[in-house]
Amino acid sequence: MNNDNRRYTFLFIVGTICVIYIVRLFALQVATSEWKNKGSRLTEREVVVYPSRGNIFDRNGKVLVTNQTVYDLMVLPKEVLPFDTLEFCKLVNLPYDELKEILKKSTTYPNVKYKPSPVIKQMLPEEYALFAERLYKFPGFFVQARTLRTYPESLGSLLLGDVGEVNKDILEKHPDYRKGDYIGLNGIEKSYEKELRGKRGIKYVYRDNLGVEHSVANGQLDSAAQEGVDLYATIDAELQKYGEQLMQNKRGCIVAIEPSTGEILALVSAPTFDPNLLVGRARGQNFSALAKDPLKPLFNRATQAQYRPGSIFKLAQSLTALQLGSITKDTRIACNRGLIGCHGAHSMDDLEMAIVHSCNPYFRGVLQRVVEANRDPNSRAKDAAIGLSIWNEQIRKLGFGSNLGSDLPGMKKGNVPSAEYYNKKYGVEAWNFSTIYSIAIGEGEMLINPVQMCNLVCIIANRGFYVPPHTVRQIGRDGSARAEYVTRVDVGVKPEYFETVVNAMEKVVGPGGTANSIKLSDIVICGKTGTVQNEPREDHSVFVCFAPKENPKIALAVYVEYAGFGGTWAAPISSLMIEKYLKGGTTNKGREELIMNAKILN
Amino acid sequence: MAASGKQNLQLDWGTIALYGALVLFGWLSIYSAAFNPLLPSPFTFSEEYGKQLVWIGACVFLIVVILYLDAEVFNKLAVYIYFFFVLLLMLVLVIGKEVNGAKAWFGIGDFGIQPSEFSKIGVGLFLSKFISSSGMQLKNLRMRIQAFAIIGLPAVLILLQPDVGSLLTFLAFILVMYREGMSGNVLIAGFASVVIGTLSIVIGAGRTSYPYFGELSSIWTFIISLFGLSILALIFVRNFVVPRSRRMLYSVVVISMVLASSLAFSINYIVDNVLEKHHKERIYVMLSLPVERQDATYNSEMAKITVGSGGFIGRGFHQGPMTQNNYVPEQWTDFIFSAVAEEWGFLGSVTVILMFFTLIYRLVVLAERQRSQFSRVYGYCVAAIIFMHLLINIGMVLGLAPIIGIPLPFFSYGGSSLMAFTILLFIMIRLDAERLSVFR
Ligand SMILES: [Zn+2]
Repeated sequence: MNNDNRRYTFLFIVGTICVIYIVRLFALQVATSEWKNKGSRLTEREVVVYPSRGNIFDRNGKVLVTNQTVYDLMVLPKEVLPFDTLEFCKLVNLPYDELKEILKKSTTYPNVKYKPSPVIKQMLPEEYALFAERLYKFPGFFVQARTLRTYPESLGSLLLGDVGEVNKDILEKHPDYRKGDYIGLNGIEKSYEKELRGKRGIKYVYRDNLGVEHSVANGQLDSAAQEGVDLYATIDAELQKYGEQLMQNKRGCIVAIEPSTGEILALVSAPTFDPNLLVGRARGQNFSALAKDPLKPLFNRATQAQYRPGSIFKLAQSLTALQLGSITKDTRIACNRGLIGCHGAHSMDDLEMAIVHSCNPYFRGVLQRVVEANRDPNSRAKDAAIGLSIWNEQIRKLGFGSNLGSDLPGMKKGNVPSAEYYNKKYGVEAWNFSTIYSIAIGEGEMLINPVQMCNLVCIIANRGFYVPPHTVRQIGRDGSARAEYVTRVDVGVKPEYFETVVNAMEKVVGPGGTANSIKLSDIVICGKTGTVQNEPREDHSVFVCFAPKENPKIALAVYVEYAGFGGTWAAPISSLMIEKYLKGGTTNKGREELIMNAKILN
Repeated sequence: MAASGKQNLQLDWGTIALYGALVLFGWLSIYSAAFNPLLPSPFTFSEEYGKQLVWIGACVFLIVVILYLDAEVFNKLAVYIYFFFVLLLMLVLVIGKEVNGAKAWFGIGDFGIQPSEFSKIGVGLFLSKFISSSGMQLKNLRMRIQAFAIIGLPAVLILLQPDVGSLLTFLAFILVMYREGMSGNVLIAGFASVVIGTLSIVIGAGRTSYPYFGELSSIWTFIISLFGLSILALIFVRNFVVPRSRRMLYSVVVISMVLASSLAFSINYIVDNVLEKHHKERIYVMLSLPVERQDATYNSEMAKITVGSGGFIGRGFHQGPMTQNNYVPEQWTDFIFSAVAEEWGFLGSVTVILMFFTLIYRLVVLAERQRSQFSRVYGYCVAAIIFMHLLINIGMVLGLAPIIGIPLPFFSYGGSSLMAFTILLFIMIRLDAERLSVFR
């Protein structure tokens, strides 16, 4: 039987397969660009061009925060050729075991061979210089430059804040951030993140077989990086540094504000630390050491501590009672020490002298006149509830119980007790004035933070208004502060009511006053001492003041924790700060030395 | 004796030119795919492209030797050559070097020799001699069994390595036997077995919940479907076939059904219960079934992307981003066609396919013009083996066939493959050169 025709069957089978394959090739290569695009996504690399973060200057143009270049040594596993690992480890100063681990991790999920992984992060330029020239001998290893924050003045760590790599939470909430991006975590870095950050650029590159990178589509798809905006802070670096020195070996804080503008001149929280500690590779280690420190250096006492205001609150009480018409400046109230304790020799002060003497019975009487005004003659409890609400509304106008619209992140609001608050605490109509009178002298449930306290002093200094305290006066070289920081907030107290309070404060820093010792010959300081009770521990020493009396330039609130009476520590610190700011320094070197060397950390 | 013969050698220069073109194109592709920018010289003998040059040199030597040999030698020594390679296949199981889980290599220093590639020459020669021996009729069952034994002995040895890819290329010899008179049903049955066997593994990998029996291997669905199909076939035969053929067709349907079911069941049983886990995994990868290992689908995906990256005219020599960045692992061996497709595009790929078709066509022409049946059968062996490699290798690169590691003739990097195909082809050219002096 002749099978010769079977040659055609054979060729037919071969031909059919060839046609099928040609059709398939056409489908993969010509008909659709799906596979080609997939390839482009693999081979064309997106190179992120990191913008440098904006610098921060102080109010006099001194650099507070700037950038330094650091280098991440990266590995692209698919390009690594066999290499002398020993030489490499010696070169980059990395233990062999660690390198082995890193290389293994760089190719295991979720890392893949064609995506770079870090080998050593954040090397300083001098570390990189040691091996930069010889890195070419190790294909697959390359260096990526990044910038890190650096703080030439080493001051204002909590005020300026720090930056860190974005974490998972942030990545989920803010899709415009990517893994490895930096973000401000605290202070100005946080509240002005949008301005400082700049805009990340993207460059698409394609690497040819020699490893040379070419731009894709002539760079038409690329987007340029936009540098972060420079900020001009309200801080006076000299004053801030001085404040930090005065507060060394103490716990507490200093808030200094320029009253007319609301610009924060200094914000010291003690103990403080060098902001450069939270930069670079040592960040994690230093951060946990700081977090474990029992003195809590990471806790910003100026914005986050909530103290009972103590005697200094009498200033706010005076203004409130005057505005509500409950008293006049001539109202006299007996110093009845049976109702509440007092100190010093006085018996029947008017308002001004009551402030000077810090007469507790007087201010108990003031609050009683505000709260118990017989608005409900049938019930003392109902009367107190109505009265307290009126009081609460007026006190809040002075900025208590709010964050003041400030740009300081994480500020605690404190507590201004309301009728609802006491209803909840004691029950409706289960309380009256005699239950709550301790708030009259800034004790009890009243809570404030030091920035609010300093802001009250600004209101007094300005005789009736404040500008929300803020930390940045210019966004960009030719910019201005945010709109909300150029408008005044009126507190609804007539200017004439301030005169009594201001005069009283002047007398506090004068003969017979509680802060007479800090009186200066050339500058009139108006102040008020206070103590915050901390039974059974020592009181906090508190002093608030502004200077000069007319056309004030600086308002201060100083807290020294567990330091006793306000006149002892807080007042002299305030006066030194005033002299530093207004005159460039003090002549009283003895006082300066005494304070700087004092150690109050029992 | 040899000297007298070679004076009137009629070498088929067309085939030789085609061979040269394929080898050159292949080497260029290896040079591009395995390129090391630090060692750009083609004569870098530490790199694949340098080594391949050595192999090409060795091939030139082999070609000269083959052309100088007397054509009669191949017929006379066929049996010895066959058993020599069978011996090597046995030896490699004992002293072979294990590469990728298969004991398929003799390691000699840096170089390796893969006897399974060469064994096809032995099978081709012996089969040709057996079929052409007088009185041979492939319709004869005993003869058919003997022919299958010639193919089966090395095939079983290769299965033991195990090297499924090389084993599959032995299917080429069924095509040859078909040409030499074996019933076409064998071809159909062989094709059907491959389909049924593949389906039984693919379907059997899943699990299905059956009423009354609970969850079992899905292979039962397949067997039930076969049963249903045969009932449909019986109904068809009963209604549409003339009565005198009905009885014969009934038995054909029933026997096919029983054979298919037992084949499906036994293959599935072997894969599930007899094979070790890593063998089973390899078969699963081969069939693109889900395996625990992540990289199983990676090669196939990368190969398709690389092919697609070429577009119509290609990226140009040394310009394919996928090829130059080594996205396809060991691209210069079994995936070399993807490098061709990326750098030379659709035009280049089609050219290569057409070159192979022309070569196979030419071999069929050569085979058919032989006076001796030995030479003709051998010509078909060469054509069929090249075709099987083309079918599996390019199908794999294009994602139409599972990932099976076999080389693309003349293209893929590797001395064993290149030399084996060169010897295979030039024996045919040598036989053809003397076709006029051989009597029927
Ligand atoms: Zn008194």
